Amino acid sequence: MLLRRTAPGVVGRLARGLSGGRPPRDDKFARVTQEDVQYFREALGAGGRLVTDREGLQAFNRDWLGNFEGATSVAVCPTSTQQVSKVLSYCNERCLAVVPQGGNTGLVGGSVPVHDEVVLSTSAMDNIISFDEVSGILNCQSGCILQALDTYLAERGHTMPLDLGAKGSCQIGGNVSTNAGGVRLLRYGSLHGSVLGLEVVLANGEVLDLWQSLRKDNTGYDLKQLFIGAEGTLGIVTGMSLLCPARPTSVQVSFLSCKSFPDVLHIFRLAKQHLGEVLSAVEFLDRESLVTALEHMPGIRNPLPDGTSPFYMLVETSGSSETHDKNKVEEFLAEVMSAGLLVDGALAQDTSQASNMWRVREGVTEALVRRGKVYKYDVSLPLAEMYALVEEMRERLPGDSIRVVGYGHVGDGNLHLNISDARGKERQEVREAIEPFVYEWTRERRGSISAEHGLGLMKAECIRYSKPEAAVRIMGAVKKMLDPKGILNPYKVLPRDVVHEGC
Amino acid sequence: MKILVAVKRVIDYNARIRVKADKTGVDTTGVRMSMNPFCEIAVEESVRLKEKKLAEEVIAVSVGPKQCQDTLRTALAMGADRAVHVQGGESLQPLSVAQVLKQIVNKTEARMVMLGKQAIDDDCNQTGQILAGLLNWPQATFASQVVLSEDRKSASVTREVDGGLQRLRISLPAVVTTDLRLNEPRYTTLPNIMKAKRKAIEQWSMSDLGVDEASAVETLQVQEPPKKAGGVMVKSVAELVAKLRNEAKVI
Repeated sequence: MLLRRTAPGVVGRLARGLSGGRPPRDDKFARVTQEDVQYFREALGAGGRLVTDREGLQAFNRDWLGNFEGATSVAVCPTSTQQVSKVLSYCNERCLAVVPQGGNTGLVGGSVPVHDEVVLSTSAMDNIISFDEVSGILNCQSGCILQALDTYLAERGHTMPLDLGAKGSCQIGGNVSTNAGGVRLLRYGSLHGSVLGLEVVLANGEVLDLWQSLRKDNTGYDLKQLFIGAEGTLGIVTGMSLLCPARPTSVQVSFLSCKSFPDVLHIFRLAKQHLGEVLSAVEFLDRESLVTALEHMPGIRNPLPDGTSPFYMLVETSGSSETHDKNKVEEFLAEVMSAGLLVDGALAQDTSQASNMWRVREGVTEALVRRGKVYKYDVSLPLAEMYALVEEMRERLPGDSIRVVGYGHVGDGNLHLNISDARGKERQEVREAIEPFVYEWTRERRGSISAEHGLGLMKAECIRYSKPEAAVRIMGAVKKMLDPKGILNPYKVLPRDVVHEGC
Repeated sequence: MKILVAVKRVIDYNARIRVKADKTGVDTTGVRMSMNPFCEIAVEESVRLKEKKLAEEVIAVSVGPKQCQDTLRTALAMGADRAVHVQGGESLQPLSVAQVLKQIVNKTEARMVMLGKQAIDDDCNQTGQILAGLLNWPQATFASQVVLSEDRKSASVTREVDGGLQRLRISLPAVVTTDLRLNEPRYTTLPNIMKAKRKAIEQWSMSDLGVDEASAVETLQVQEPPKKAGGVMVKSVAELVAKLRNEAKVI
């Protein structure tokens, strides 16, 4: 599913700061030759994997949504930091562009080549190095799959500090490089807090050792924060130290329905008050999201007998005492019911029911992909205005095959706005009805045009909607300092006019 | 007609379990407990029969320590009308439980007893069968479908057996044990959870019912199954034959 645009169209879209455009290939970058492939093969040695056949490369070239597809001729899968360093050092010399890739589950086209950039995958770097059960500090390579890490920690009484729908495929290095949020940010905070140390390979192959496992270290500028969320444009994360919380033994999940978005917010406020320290997730989804999930995901059941309420919420608590937490939750639910805020609600009686409730919420994303074409937006907004955007978008777009859905981490002020078109193909009139309206609407309310998905390729020209010019200029300077030739994940994150030219 | 449903509190189906260091049993401290999944299916089926107006009252019963009341509250929230807790020890044997249930059947005049086919902690698969024997009632086990006659005098039960499905017609009163595909239990919704909290749970003891708690079975040791060795890739047919002959000793 190539995103083709004629050159004038691209320039036009890019000039207007819109997504969906595909920048032309920057010819300062060299093209991959047989000698290059041979060098990579030798650099990887016996352990690492090299992919050069067209069919094998498809998985590396194409993103999960099927919106972006590049044309790399080689994917490199090293097994060690030394190999990554060798490969990058060589690419820097040759001026070969490189796309770092983890689980390739990103939603803004940041993890796949735009043109023929070399893909450097961390998939083969999946060693868990050590775990200290007293401090909860985990040391691992960046290619470990999130769910595998959580399973490992579960056996040792701990849990990963983040959780997202893509956990079965996403890798921790990618999570860190994109500062992934997810459903437990409300409880465990962002990766900016949980990451204690990093090992990063810079564009010129230099291995930057920021790999400490200390809870507190105020010695100088905290450089690792630059790489967390840089989406692979400042360096490749190869290893890390993560602070992992104790695994809760008591998890209570409830699924609620209510009449209006103000009621959703009211319930959230009461949840914070009554559930306080054990609250671990507050998610919402509108009726359209629920219907989409029920229609397209097999095995998903509506936890509530009636599916006509306009809003649904999932409230989760995580604690150490079953009786204490259950009582708290039942009191909270009684309070919310007597305040007239609930249409109905269900409380999971065992872990199977709890998983099923989560599957409803987490299933929306995949259900949308199954339904057809998805125009996906991810914004941070002031809570009171969060749903107004969905309603206004619904008015702007024609009915028939189009369905506008809103869901997300209401606890974090993060709305996932999705416009689903059962007709399946990108339509310019639909895209133009959405953009730049959605970005301008967000900017007017001083929100973020990308709460957690990042900028990637999709929003590489959109940063100015949410960041002032001075900040963008400084980011450009940092990029130039750390990657003078601009070989790391080019065309992404920062606008082209900011990124340094010249090889 | 009254239906008696027996429910058991067990370690949650998804919980990770560990054997105690002294190998006397499974460590249950801090482990999540919930209603045995097959018992949940039994409660659901009973409530549905009541909703179809084929039964008037669903009585849930659980035999064991005080925490059984949590499980009974779930049954009430799912739609049971009454809950009976028979105070007893932690690891009761199916025979003792069946003897208790027989007394409860007599006291409540229930004409149908629904149980899960087995508990996921001991996998005994005995209580329903022993109870039917004690009561001298017909039994239909591993039910995947239960159809009650309009006059409530008989039932047609489809059973899941090794060879496929078997259909029985049994006369009531009878004992039925439930299998996985019988139904999908409902979620407990809030108004029902609140109502269930306020209902009183009747308390009886095993001695009240004249049942001896002492067990004829003594557990000697509980241990984890041996860890599975990893799979081995063989490089040739000759190597495969050699391994089958010398290591696996199957040819």
